[in-house]
Amino acid sequence: MNGLLHQIASGVASGAIYASVALALVMIYQATHHVNFAQGEMATLSSYVALTLIHVGIPYWVAFALAVALSFVLGVMVERVLMRPVMNAPVLTSVGVFIGLLLVINALDGWIFGYTIKAFPSPFHSAHPLAGGLVSPHELGETGLTLVVLTLVWVFFRFTPLGLAMRAAAYNPSSARLCGVRVNRMLGLGWGLAAAIGAAAGIMVAPVVFLDPNMMSGILLYAFAGALLGGIDNALGAVVGGFTVGVLENLFGAYVVGTELKLTVALIIIVAVLLAKPAGLFGRAVQSRV
Amino acid sequence: MPALLETHGLHAGYGQTKVLHGIDFAVEQGGVTALLGANGAGKTTTLRAICAMIRTTEGGVWLGGERIDRLATEEIVRRGVGHVPDGRGTVLELSVEDNLRLGAYIRRDRAGVAADLERLFGYFPRLKERYRQQAGTLSGGEQQMLAISRALLVKPRLLLLDEPSFGLAPLIVQEIFHILRRINAEEKVSILVVEQNASLALDLADHAYVLETGRIVVSGTAAEVRQNDAVRRSYLGY
Repeated sequence: MNGLLHQIASGVASGAIYASVALALVMIYQATHHVNFAQGEMATLSSYVALTLIHVGIPYWVAFALAVALSFVLGVMVERVLMRPVMNAPVLTSVGVFIGLLLVINALDGWIFGYTIKAFPSPFHSAHPLAGGLVSPHELGETGLTLVVLTLVWVFFRFTPLGLAMRAAAYNPSSARLCGVRVNRMLGLGWGLAAAIGAAAGIMVAPVVFLDPNMMSGILLYAFAGALLGGIDNALGAVVGGFTVGVLENLFGAYVVGTELKLTVALIIIVAVLLAKPAGLFGRAVQSRV
Repeated sequence: MPALLETHGLHAGYGQTKVLHGIDFAVEQGGVTALLGANGAGKTTTLRAICAMIRTTEGGVWLGGERIDRLATEEIVRRGVGHVPDGRGTVLELSVEDNLRLGAYIRRDRAGVAADLERLFGYFPRLKERYRQQAGTLSGGEQQMLAISRALLVKPRLLLLDEPSFGLAPLIVQEIFHILRRINAEEKVSILVVEQNASLALDLADHAYVLETGRIVVSGTAAEVRQNDAVRRSYLGY
């Protein structure tokens, strides 16, 4: 029984990471109707930046904030330099850019920081076991931080005029323009935010899975499964889907398929959702009357 | 006093297809101007060219003396042009409330927006009842009311209306045109209205232009255009 609870708790912890990355994927998808395959690699780069800053002696949370801010700038630049020119190009062009970006960042990471697996510090420590040893301090802290990030993102999109303008720019760019919304700027902001959310997720997961250039590749798959499960065009769905996939992955890994085949769970979820309910649990066709 | 909006030799089209072949017209300050014409005459294209939703290839557009045809759509809107496009331009995925908040996005005067919103609810009480509903679930008439309200919330000097009667029941059309007349007078906003229903538009307008295949063929005051024989035969049916 304790084992099961432990598996669920650590599933929630990794689910928090998947939820963040899934949210980043959905944000880009809503604006561009494409999945940013490079989302994971961008987060890995951010984690390397954070680690480098920590190693030169900058306090952990300052390094965290700097890395997230830099990732925001990087995201804005990716949209400005790489995505804007292909905005009206056919789907395959965008997919090509995403994959190119993935390979470039991955290679750069290895070239600059090396391919050896690196340990990454956790800011969360505790002198005595938490909840009877059920969760580690890092799992608890990381889940808490992710929930704070997700809540902030939700508040931003739901209650601020800028968040509303960004949603409108994604749903219906021409109507947004007619309300005076500078749509291109909103797309750039969206990319920046997605990169920043991904960066936070990367830095939070690095102490668990250790840092190497391919750190996020598996996580991106889980996140993608989560986003699909919740509905690829639904932000709340992505978050719920991410947590669900985290728990499922852990339970199946522990009791059914074994840890070596955990990643298969993600692929099975992806295939199952696409076959049975392509819109996902929360995604639904927009009702419209004319 | 110069006109609020002027176009001179306006050419525009879609890619290789030229639709407008040199349009000259004006909207007077405080006035209502109607653009009439059959399907495909270039009425919607004219409105799109004014808002830079399509590129002007020759000629230009002036708003209050300032040339605007090289600006981006959002900058033209910020200079005081409210556009209710064909298809209405509401964001169907958002609630009525969020569509209205979006309309006021460029405004910084919270109190002014709140007051405007109250006045708009005075014109369109049904929007208040539907405030929390998703825009996609509104009826056609309600969507048109939302679209007009959204465009008025940018506090425009000029309101562009693309076939406000399109697809609506006659009674609703009457109601909307009645309110448009009040809006013109009470909100001090000039209106450029595109309509296939010439009779309806001429009732509202003080000036009118008739477009045929991208050229203006008749122009004058609404009364003059109404008396024009060709207009009567082709558009008014008597």
